[in-house]
Amino acid sequence: MKVVVKVMLRQGVLDPQGEAIRHALGTLGFEGVETVRQGKLIVLDLAETDPEAARAAAAEMCERLLANTVIESYEIEVE
Amino acid sequence: MRAGVIEFPGSNCDRDLAVAFAAAGARVTRVWHKETGLPKGLDVIGIPGGFSFGDYLRCGAIAARSPVMRAVVDFAGAGGHVLGICNGFQVLTETGLLPGALMRNAGLKFLCRSERLRVATTDSAFTRLYAPGEEITVPIAHHDGNYTADPGTLARLQDEDRIAFTYADNPNGSLADIAGVLSANRRVLGMMPHPERCSDPRLGGEDGLRLFRAVAGILESA
Repeated sequence: MKVVVKVMLRQGVLDPQGEAIRHALGTLGFEGVETVRQGKLIVLDLAETDPEAARAAAAEMCERLLANTVIESYEIEVE
Repeated sequence: MRAGVIEFPGSNCDRDLAVAFAAAGARVTRVWHKETGLPKGLDVIGIPGGFSFGDYLRCGAIAARSPVMRAVVDFAGAGGHVLGICNGFQVLTETGLLPGALMRNAGLKFLCRSERLRVATTDSAFTRLYAPGEEITVPIAHHDGNYTADPGTLARLQDEDRIAFTYADNPNGSLADIAGVLSANRRVLGMMPHPERCSDPRLGGEDGLRLFRAVAGILESA
């Protein structure tokens, strides 16, 4: 079962890389880009076949390793 | 005094850290990350700088979950002294032994230069030989040294006098100029600057050596 985990910096945590991307987009002539937030996507292929169990397993993986919840939030999508 | 220095794949300050502990009079044992236990009789554990596991996922994240770190967490829980420098500081925040997190430098650049630090507290085994407010010069070399913590954590660090060092000229955007913090029991210190790189006058300074002498002295007499 494919599980996609999206890890982003939490709201309110300054994202200097996102800000640098926004600045570079402006340099390229893209106007009106008001904010940019960047993060990472982690795609898991799990042996689990029950979607709820897969989601619960992914949530535990996020809490224990995939995200640092001091600064990051995560979203889980089961496909 | 016996010091243990942990080594991960990608650690690159492990030897320097061992030499600095030895210069302060410690007998040093180096401990590979796959060990599930620590050598008996260690008084202090050093977690060195470097790029453990290639900084994959997040700096220090993979190292923090390695077998030896479980033993280090137990060691700290039993009142042991632990010093994490640079990547070692990142590892300590990732294990939860120290609060907060180290983010990408505000200027996005890797910074490798000497910085002036202020000794923010002398109330720890590591900082007791400095004068309160003393300014020392210590090299930094990091890409992710931008210390951050939520407002409640910062207030607690300030109220409990747990900020060990601050930058005189904040190079990386760290909250409240923080360069190093202590655990609640004051026995775990994490800092981004490298005291082991200024522990020999032949290498450009010895402001860092007092930190190692301080911890060696207190544990020797214990």
